[in-house]
Amino acid sequence: MVKRYGDTVYKSLTLIVAASSILFIISAVAVLLFNAYPSIISNGLGFFTSANWNPSLSGTVETVNGIHRLTGSSFGILVFIADTLASSAIAILLAVPAGLGVAIFLTEVAPRRIAAPISFMVEMLAGIPSVVYGFWGLIVLGPYLFNTVEPYLAEHLSFIPIFSGPISSPGLLSAGIILAIMIIPIVASISRDMMARTPKESREGAKALGLTRWEVTRRIVLPYAKTGIVGSIVLGLGRALGETMAVAMLAGSGVQVLPKSLYYPFSTIASYMVLNLDAALTDPSGMYLSAIMELGLVLLAITVTVNVAARLLIKQGFASSSENVVRV
Amino acid sequence: MQIESEKDGEGPKGSDIARKLPWQDPRVLFRYKLRRLADKMVVAVTILAVVVVLYPLLDILFMFFYRGALAISIPRLTGLTLQFGLANAIVGTLLLVSLSTIIAVPLGVLGGIYLAEFSAQDQMSKTFAGTVRFLSDVLSGMPSILLGYVGFLILVIDFGWGLSPLAGGLILSILMLPYVIKTTELSIRKVPLKLREAATALGATKTQMVNRMTFPLALPGILTGIILSMSISIGETAPLLFTAGFSNYYPCGLTNCQVGFLTYIIYTFAKIPTTDSLSLAYLSAFLLISFSLVLNMTARIGLRRLSKI
Repeated sequence: MVKRYGDTVYKSLTLIVAASSILFIISAVAVLLFNAYPSIISNGLGFFTSANWNPSLSGTVETVNGIHRLTGSSFGILVFIADTLASSAIAILLAVPAGLGVAIFLTEVAPRRIAAPISFMVEMLAGIPSVVYGFWGLIVLGPYLFNTVEPYLAEHLSFIPIFSGPISSPGLLSAGIILAIMIIPIVASISRDMMARTPKESREGAKALGLTRWEVTRRIVLPYAKTGIVGSIVLGLGRALGETMAVAMLAGSGVQVLPKSLYYPFSTIASYMVLNLDAALTDPSGMYLSAIMELGLVLLAITVTVNVAARLLIKQGFASSSENVVRV
Repeated sequence: MQIESEKDGEGPKGSDIARKLPWQDPRVLFRYKLRRLADKMVVAVTILAVVVVLYPLLDILFMFFYRGALAISIPRLTGLTLQFGLANAIVGTLLLVSLSTIIAVPLGVLGGIYLAEFSAQDQMSKTFAGTVRFLSDVLSGMPSILLGYVGFLILVIDFGWGLSPLAGGLILSILMLPYVIKTTELSIRKVPLKLREAATALGATKTQMVNRMTFPLALPGILTGIILSMSISIGETAPLLFTAGFSNYYPCGLTNCQVGFLTYIIYTFAKIPTTDSLSLAYLSAFLLISFSLVLNMTARIGLRRLSKI
């Protein structure tokens, strides 16, 4: 190839632009770290081991070891962690069977002319903005759960601790269901793609040996697609852990108790962050804001770990030809 | 020797062969029926799963299209939020999405061109490109609320832009960036090697090859990625709450001027149980779902076509 001066300029230009995405993410992490620093120093490990989150906004500013905070304030994030994990766990428990069921239906059961529109509709679920899910949860799902489903569950399943009353709000269950609906398209569409890649030879061989459709699915298709399916579930988990608006519209703004049943009001990390910035800005010592930033760092660490794991699994699942498929 | 040992092995089974053929054995037949039954039950379960999954979708679509359509009226579409109208929020959303697209497209497309065309030249560029790909994956998995906080502290407070369209647009563009980069890189990589070789053989420089051949050929795919990222930014709420603020009036400038947007109306007015507020929330949900579904589904159909070629 002819080497020209212009090529070098062009390459450098695109290189600088490509570097900008690195710059954005590094500066975002730096900003979070910088602002969280007072809280990291002042709250120490108690931040992760205590369930007592009390900004104590009526306190006066005191200075300990050069760091300002309000007297009587205490920042422990165990409640937010527990609520985040619990709502995501419910979501995964509901979304995995539903998503896999849809994926099996699309690849193994349905004829093509039925599968195409259904897979289109499942993907539509991914195109609905999360604030709309929150709105739907607020006016349809929440009241329905609170008035019909939850009293029924509490009456008939109360021997299982997490199902026993009292019912004080639609609670964790409503968040779990909304999150499940939001991550089903992720689980279903990636699993479907993975399962569709099962080699024709294995599938036909199994059929020729007399295996039924379900046996082919269970013994040939699912083992073949296993890594990718696990990856899709982990990717869904990452989405559920970080989901903000849909959950925030159903959440309490400052819940102080660890959840003991599905009906407890809740605050996930993301919902707490979106609902409390204004309150945090009223703290003259700045410790409240700093603690929320540390909370943000925790959320970042969790979601990045989960997402990276998911992408590795999915890439491994797609093996050599992973570059041919666009993942969203 | 071998033949004999095989015969020895067959010996004890001889009596089994004398029995009925497998499909005459009632136990085998029973097992076969059980397996058929299990198969049918699994089919029923998967159909049930499809129904359970599609129910919320249809409920959401029907409810918001029905109630949204009922809420349509001239004053609601042309008035300010002050008089329970959406005009300023529609204009604000369009402004935010256009600003973020204007920022994200050049950055994303040039970044994608780098990853596709220049990243394989030496070891250092390979490592660098790997880092960019990894971090842009990280960025797309990062909860948007975190970017909202960062935008608030840096753009709104430190840069002194205030809650403004520019701050909101810039944060949205960072959210869009990974999608634009990725689809650009993938579409450019799709251009066949033969064409590249032909261009090089004709004496084209790398720049000429990219600008006159690869880029135009990859353009449909790139546009699809841009549309997808726009559908994502149109539905965002959390980062905008802290960077764009909200205003009951039309946008008045790029900085130090709060701007209204549709998702804010849903978020806030959904909680106010008066007819006026709820109607407004229904109408904006209706508009928002329509916009973002049209963009999203267009992009997805395009992407599927892209992955097949």
